[in-house]
Amino acid sequence: MATKVVMEALSPTMEEGRLVKWTKAVGEPVKSGETLAEVETDKAVMELVARADGRLLQQVVPEGATVPVGDVVAYIGAPGESVGPTASAAPVKPAATALSPQPSAAAVATTPLAVADATRVKASPLAKRIAREAGVDLKLVHGTGPGGRVVKRDVESVPAAVAAVAEPMRPLPTPRSPIPTPSGAPFEDVPLTQIRKTIAKRLATSLGPVPHFFLTSDVDMERAAEARDALNRQLGDQGQGQKVSFNDIILKAVALGLARHRACNAWWQDDHIRYWNEVHLGMAVAIEDGLITPVLRHADRRSLTEIGAEARELAQRARERRLKPEEYTGSTFSVSNLGMFDIDEFTAVINPPEAGIVAVGAIVPKAVAVDGAVVVRRRVRLTMSCDHRVIDGATGAAFLKTLKQMLENPLAMLL
Amino acid sequence: MANQFDVIVLGGGPAGYTCAIRAAQLGLATAVIEREKLGGVCVNIGCIPTKALLHSAYIARLLSGSADFGVEAGSVKTDYGVAMKRSRKVADQNSRGVEFLMKKHKITVVKGSGVLQPGRKVKVGADVLEAKKAVVIATGSRVKGIPQIGLDINKTTVISSDEALLLEKVPPSLAVIGAGAVGMEFADIFNAFGVPVTLIEALPRILPLEDPDASAELARSYRKRGITVIAGANVTKATVAKDKVTLDVAAGGAQQQVEAAAVLMAAGRAVNTESVGLKECGIQLTERGFIKVDRNLQTTAAGYYAIGDVAGPPMLAHKGSREGVVVAELIAGLKPHPLRYDNVPSVTYCHPEVASIGLTEEQCKEQKLDYVAGKFPFSANGRARGTGETEGFVKILRDKKYGEILGAHIVGSHASEMIHELAVARENEYTVEEVDLAIHAHPTMSEAVAEAALDSLGRALNI
Repeated sequence: MATKVVMEALSPTMEEGRLVKWTKAVGEPVKSGETLAEVETDKAVMELVARADGRLLQQVVPEGATVPVGDVVAYIGAPGESVGPTASAAPVKPAATALSPQPSAAAVATTPLAVADATRVKASPLAKRIAREAGVDLKLVHGTGPGGRVVKRDVESVPAAVAAVAEPMRPLPTPRSPIPTPSGAPFEDVPLTQIRKTIAKRLATSLGPVPHFFLTSDVDMERAAEARDALNRQLGDQGQGQKVSFNDIILKAVALGLARHRACNAWWQDDHIRYWNEVHLGMAVAIEDGLITPVLRHADRRSLTEIGAEARELAQRARERRLKPEEYTGSTFSVSNLGMFDIDEFTAVINPPEAGIVAVGAIVPKAVAVDGAVVVRRRVRLTMSCDHRVIDGATGAAFLKTLKQMLENPLAMLL
Repeated sequence: MANQFDVIVLGGGPAGYTCAIRAAQLGLATAVIEREKLGGVCVNIGCIPTKALLHSAYIARLLSGSADFGVEAGSVKTDYGVAMKRSRKVADQNSRGVEFLMKKHKITVVKGSGVLQPGRKVKVGADVLEAKKAVVIATGSRVKGIPQIGLDINKTTVISSDEALLLEKVPPSLAVIGAGAVGMEFADIFNAFGVPVTLIEALPRILPLEDPDASAELARSYRKRGITVIAGANVTKATVAKDKVTLDVAAGGAQQQVEAAAVLMAAGRAVNTESVGLKECGIQLTERGFIKVDRNLQTTAAGYYAIGDVAGPPMLAHKGSREGVVVAELIAGLKPHPLRYDNVPSVTYCHPEVASIGLTEEQCKEQKLDYVAGKFPFSANGRARGTGETEGFVKILRDKKYGEILGAHIVGSHASEMIHELAVARENEYTVEEVDLAIHAHPTMSEAVAEAALDSLGRALNI
């Protein structure tokens, strides 16, 4: 019998994936390890690869459909091979087949129950059945039965809008603009994308429950600018195209600062605090319909040029939504930079379980008093958000002071 | 204060005493007020003694036909007096059982008639009890006659189940008015004890609330054993003499007279809402005379709840006792699973038994539901053949699209025991397919349940 291809958990947090594009057509030969389809997970567009050799016999799920992890999306086998009773009698439907015609009543009457999803949703058999036919994603339904079980009335009361989340089916350009062109209506309702859902879920677990406080420091960047110019001149002489940016310098300084202030390089773990000995620096990257935080591993031990090159490479792939899950998980502290948008200063939302994040504003010339005289200097405002459960005011201030010293006197980084 | 409790339950029937036990389990100081015996109508003059008498009827009928099974019983003689006394013993044992349960849970039992007073108080004789949290009204219901046509219950020639349960000997002949559960059961009992029985029902069929197929099956079975069944019948006049009653009955466009030594009134019950002090506490009634309650069974007066028969239909012991549990949990501040009134099983313990849950086929049609009926007769069931109990069937009505079990109807021996599989299925929203997927032991009568489920899918195996 043919081999089932199931929606795989392509990231640790992935519960469902949207099948963006089939890269193999039905009938095409496939080899184990070859890419079958592109799947949009909660954070990125990933590749679903074949786990068997043969031909792609059937695509069970149309492009654009959202499928729970564990559901069958395709079959691989020898040409003409049967795809098995489940598929022939009752193809496991994607969470959304609202567009497909209802099977005839006679077919329903003899349809065996489909194999249970790999991801368990507490729902009555009747509710599951109605949801399957109506294209309602049970994970999005609030259960009112015993112990939060989803029952018939819950599925029946799902508004059309929610049912539409699971709905299809337009070809999905990547990246795409999240906001539709104005139709003349007073507003546009846009279903949440996977990434928007994840952002909402994760950030709501931050600013709400996490007791934030904020520390702001005004940092003089003149010495850093001099150092940067010198370094770039040298790199230019060596024929290296890549230049050092202010952002690279700030990233490096934050990483070194964290290595010296381990109290800030920590995770809140509910019943304990995990102080990291390694510095994995998350850097928030704005992408077209959301944001993502790729991670610079061991940032404190990397050279400025390494940091620069990797930061640019990660940001580029983030914008293309080509990051692997391990590339955007596991950071111990984060940096968010909105300087390029001419933001003077802002507060960033902590990315739990991390205990802090530094928000970087624009580097702007300002009139400041130096040795009793008003002079114009390039300055930047750094605002650190701290989880007070982990970092106390003085602890955060000490780290920020170190960071300021390193930026105002880059030689301090060598200490 | 000796007279202070958390919860006071007025009435010690199945709703009231169950409520009291649950309240006590949840740590509430609880009192039950009962004017007669604990257990109420159910235990003393209802469910329990009739089941004892029905079993006597079952044995009588079994012995009459036992020769076919190779067991010669000789001529079978019945004695209603003995059966009655046994039924009393069973009822008394059960009532004492309830008394024991009250003691076990340290529930105070107050003997007497309670009258509600404002401020969550109940007056019993000279005493006034006070409830800190709530008063629960569970005063139940009683039999009623039809005085409009001259059928007042006189306890000699016009009797109710109350009297029928205490007869020393059977009447020479009996007319039963009302072919609901009570009428059906007594017709069955007295028929087995050799009494000529006429069963009269005003609605077009006996067991009018059950599925039409169940009514038809029982009418056939009753007629076969000599019970005269007149449905769609109006008793227009009743002439009550000293030792007989003559009924003028209009049915099917014809007028006939039915003469019987006694008439058993089995048409409806009246709720006990008088002289309880409802009005004084601001507790309102519905148009049909039940106590008006909200979704949480609270009456129109805060702190007063109503459960059981007084709180509205179905007037069934098991519905009342579940309401008792729900209310006790609400009072204790819990969030109980709400009672699904569309999922209360209904059972008539005549032979063959009739048990049902959910909608009848008639109701499916009225509600214009898209349904499929699956049916499996016990005549095709091996176990039923072995015991010679091939009357009846299992019928399952399922939603055509999703397979939801809309209703289930069982006619047959032990139907009362078999219906719960479908009650569990419906409560958990299993479809007919889950019912079939559960493996049913062979040979059992319950296999017919799985087969009926399969039949509704068009794939019954053994027929």
